[in-house]
Amino acid sequence: MSKTTATRARPLSPHLQIYKPIPTMMMSIIHRITGVALYFGTLLVAIWLMAAAGTAEGFARVQGIYGSWLGLFVLFGYSWVLFHHMLGGIRHLVMDTGSEAALGKDESRRAAVAMPVVSFALAILVWVVAIMARGA
Amino acid sequence: MVEITLPKNSRINEGRTWPKPAGATNLREYKIYRWSPDDDENPRTDTYFVDMDDCGPMVLDALLWIKNNVDPTLTLRRSCREGICGSCAMNIDGTNTLACTKGADEVSGVVKVYPLPHMPVVKDLVPDLTVPYAQLSSIQPWLQTVSPEPAKEWTQSHEDRQKLDGLYECILCFCCQTSCPSYWWNGERYLGPAVLLQAYRWLIDSRDEKTGERLDNLEDPFRLYRCHTIMNCTQACPKGLNPAKAIAEIKKMMIERRV
Repeated sequence: MSKTTATRARPLSPHLQIYKPIPTMMMSIIHRITGVALYFGTLLVAIWLMAAAGTAEGFARVQGIYGSWLGLFVLFGYSWVLFHHMLGGIRHLVMDTGSEAALGKDESRRAAVAMPVVSFALAILVWVVAIMARGA
Repeated sequence: MVEITLPKNSRINEGRTWPKPAGATNLREYKIYRWSPDDDENPRTDTYFVDMDDCGPMVLDALLWIKNNVDPTLTLRRSCREGICGSCAMNIDGTNTLACTKGADEVSGVVKVYPLPHMPVVKDLVPDLTVPYAQLSSIQPWLQTVSPEPAKEWTQSHEDRQKLDGLYECILCFCCQTSCPSYWWNGERYLGPAVLLQAYRWLIDSRDEKTGERLDNLEDPFRLYRCHTIMNCTQACPKGLNPAKAIAEIKKMMIERRV
């Protein structure tokens, strides 16, 4: 391929459009998305802390919003995102050791498939424990 | 940079549907990417029907059956038809593999065939591999020594030879290289999984004496460190090799020589 014989510009072959969304690739993308989402989640924590340091009336307002169904839904999402990103971080840490258990073809696929399941289970667990602790 | 859409001249149109072979009962539908430099059309996907009673089991058999029986203009690279030359690397059913070792029965439904992703297309399923070849030559994939040459050959213990297993088998088909989203977005500067696996093959070779220089050449935010362990390479490799692990080992060598 030293000299080109093309009479016009070559097209670029399709990539994202046609590649199968395999688990390892999807988890890599979701790891990035959850990383971005954490910025906004942390903002929620910061707002809550600032409200707590402010007036009682302001804190009650923030508590009201966070305690609403929508607020609880967003907070649950934040806790899931936190676990997902944490597990992803641990996975990448193990990958960087060169471990076959993290980088093997089947092992890496299994770990990727487990990611959403385990992170969701952990988030549920934390909420169950938190609700039970409050009720007790 | 990340690109979500294709450039204007690369958008894929719906192509023609070729007639079904007469009298065939065991048909398999193929959707194949087509582009020719000789007209002014955008790329398209043509639909073909293959008579499986008259055709071998592999996707390559079907492509050659189409070329012989339906449409002689269908263009592809192939040579050994047994997974050792790497010529027929392409994207089949959404993942990169060799058409000659991919069984049509491994795919459910319509068999979709595209050229290797994010590469300039020469024609149909033939990508222009100039850049990856240039990147391969940049890592100088040959034995380099400074010691006086031995009377016979450069020897190596059995243990040291074993370190090359899982590396020397690479056939340079570039299935892994073109499966990597990092390589899609930074293909000019990131060396890519195939080339880095080759780089590691020479780094780990006990007979090679230019390990330090080789590492210096890779110590670069783009050449090596664009690997984000997305793992498409390892999932794609039709030879069952693990480029992601080879890259992880290079990153470790970088750290080890610093401490």
